[in-house]
Amino acid sequence: MGNSLYGPLDDPATDAGFTEAPPRMGFFTDTSVCIGCKACEVACKEWNAVPEDGFNLLGQSYDNTGGLSANSWRHVAFVEQPAPAHVDALTEAGTQFLGMPLSDLPGRVTDAPRTDFRWLMMSNVCKHCTHAGCLDVCPTGALFRTEFGTVVVQDDICNGCGYCISGCPYGVIDRREDDGRAWKCTLCYDRIGDGLTPACAKACPTESIQFGELDELRTRAAERVAKLHEDGVTEARLYGNDPDDGVGGDGAFFLLLDEPEVYGLPPDPHVPTRDLVKMWKKAGLAALSMVATAVVVFAGRSK
Amino acid sequence: MSPGGGDRPMVPKAEFESYYGRPIVRPPVWTHDIAIYLFTGGLAAGSAILAAGGQATGDPVLRRAGRAVTMAALGASTFFLIKDLGRPERFHHMLRVIKPTSAMSLGTWLLSGFGGVAGVAAASEFAPLLPERGPLGLVRRVLPPVGAVAGYGTAALAPGLATYTAVLFSDTAVPSWNAVYPDLPFVFAGSALASGAAVGLVAGPNDRVVQMAVIGAALELGAGHRCEHGYGLLSEPYRKGRAGKLLKAAKVLNAVGAVGAVVGRRSRVVSALAGAALLAGSVLTRFGVFEAGVESAKDPRYTVVPQREQANGKKVNFPSA
Repeated sequence: MGNSLYGPLDDPATDAGFTEAPPRMGFFTDTSVCIGCKACEVACKEWNAVPEDGFNLLGQSYDNTGGLSANSWRHVAFVEQPAPAHVDALTEAGTQFLGMPLSDLPGRVTDAPRTDFRWLMMSNVCKHCTHAGCLDVCPTGALFRTEFGTVVVQDDICNGCGYCISGCPYGVIDRREDDGRAWKCTLCYDRIGDGLTPACAKACPTESIQFGELDELRTRAAERVAKLHEDGVTEARLYGNDPDDGVGGDGAFFLLLDEPEVYGLPPDPHVPTRDLVKMWKKAGLAALSMVATAVVVFAGRSK
Repeated sequence: MSPGGGDRPMVPKAEFESYYGRPIVRPPVWTHDIAIYLFTGGLAAGSAILAAGGQATGDPVLRRAGRAVTMAALGASTFFLIKDLGRPERFHHMLRVIKPTSAMSLGTWLLSGFGGVAGVAAASEFAPLLPERGPLGLVRRVLPPVGAVAGYGTAALAPGLATYTAVLFSDTAVPSWNAVYPDLPFVFAGSALASGAAVGLVAGPNDRVVQMAVIGAALELGAGHRCEHGYGLLSEPYRKGRAGKLLKAAKVLNAVGAVGAVVGRRSRVVSALAGAALLAGSVLTRFGVFEAGVESAKDPRYTVVPQREQANGKKVNFPSA
């Protein structure tokens, strides 16, 4: 099979050996309508019985979760930054400007002056990559590709070797301290197998998190970004939607309003396994240099 | 957020942007157990080559010392590898599958096979202790030739054991491990050869062992230099901070060890000291490489800046800190 390690792939489930796999499922997270309510974080924890990850005040805007971890499979990022000059375009595009928290009811002060401040909010999640670094390097087979094209850890197999954690170019999968095993989003494998929507998408009140067939989500996302551009929100861009990118496209992709690194996402990630063949070739050469040394040293004439 | 950006126009544009300076890729959860394993695995491989060299040249001192150290280093390797697991009692899950895309899977199988043949080779050393008659007498006669084959078999697997760990580290999203994949296996190969030769320098030095030590140290120093200077920003963690200090000390020890091996080749004491320096150099090299990778994962700029350059399709002039 071509492109099993890198490059565009029609269907990762078929590539993994499934016959008659159902359509690939995924998330499209449209951050332009995220209101930072964190219902996704809560719903995920409740459905998947994910333990708490510390009750901390991080002093990083409204983000007290910090990032994705073994115990946070959805994470809402809050970015405070000066607004671009054309910020009103978002309002014109039909998005209500919420501004800074007020002591008054929204809408009562109709002529409240705009500030030069904006919030970016984004609900981050495992990307369920077409070429998943975590899955590639897992030595036990605990990580596997599901029939839906998603990537899931089998907790009865994982022995906590930690390789997947370094294999993920997004820093998603993590080892749980008191448990020793690796954990991450399953894209609610138990729910979608039953025809249900994953807990986070179900709980999202603004449809910032959309769940569905990946092909359809990609079409929908392209339309949404085109609409935003038409309305003057030129900074809107898709992230992880491109099958030609370094991970063969994400099963969970995003619409962002700034550069990916502003949200804590890598700007141009690639699956480490992309270079695996070249790595083994170099290691082979190094191994040969050891053989050559041994031969020269011990097969040569005695001195 | 742009540190230093914001509403002060006089501040120049930040070097790169990140989310509150938090890491993007996750720093490895591996502990120093893995750095120790890099050393003991390399030592096992180097000693196995030394032992086979002793076999080939009819030098029982090198053969015995090589085989003994191989077994000891193997034992330590297995111990530290299992200890580092989140669920050590499930270590045997490693042997559920053979997975070509996972260097850890292939490495586990390689280590298991290596352990098997090395065990037979080591066991053959005890053949003279067996009685001459009866079933054990047969074992006594069969074991030496079997052990000889196993000894060469161990040496044949040794280069793979010494270098697969470079693929293991490079096939990760850890920026400074991933970037140096062309040179890292040569660092590990050189380090393994030098540590194997060091065993010979301590146990029974001769000109061949000195030669092996010099070639190993030179390979380790040369490839190490390329890791430290050949990869732009991603070479920086190999020169800075604790990793930088460890690798500098490793270089000094390796150079001293190689020179000492040559100069002191007629003195058992100087040779043994040179061997000790090479062993210490190998340990520090492994810890330095380990630490450099961890640091490169902790600081988001090592993830963001090279990827941003890649995405922009142009080189951003980035001042080295």
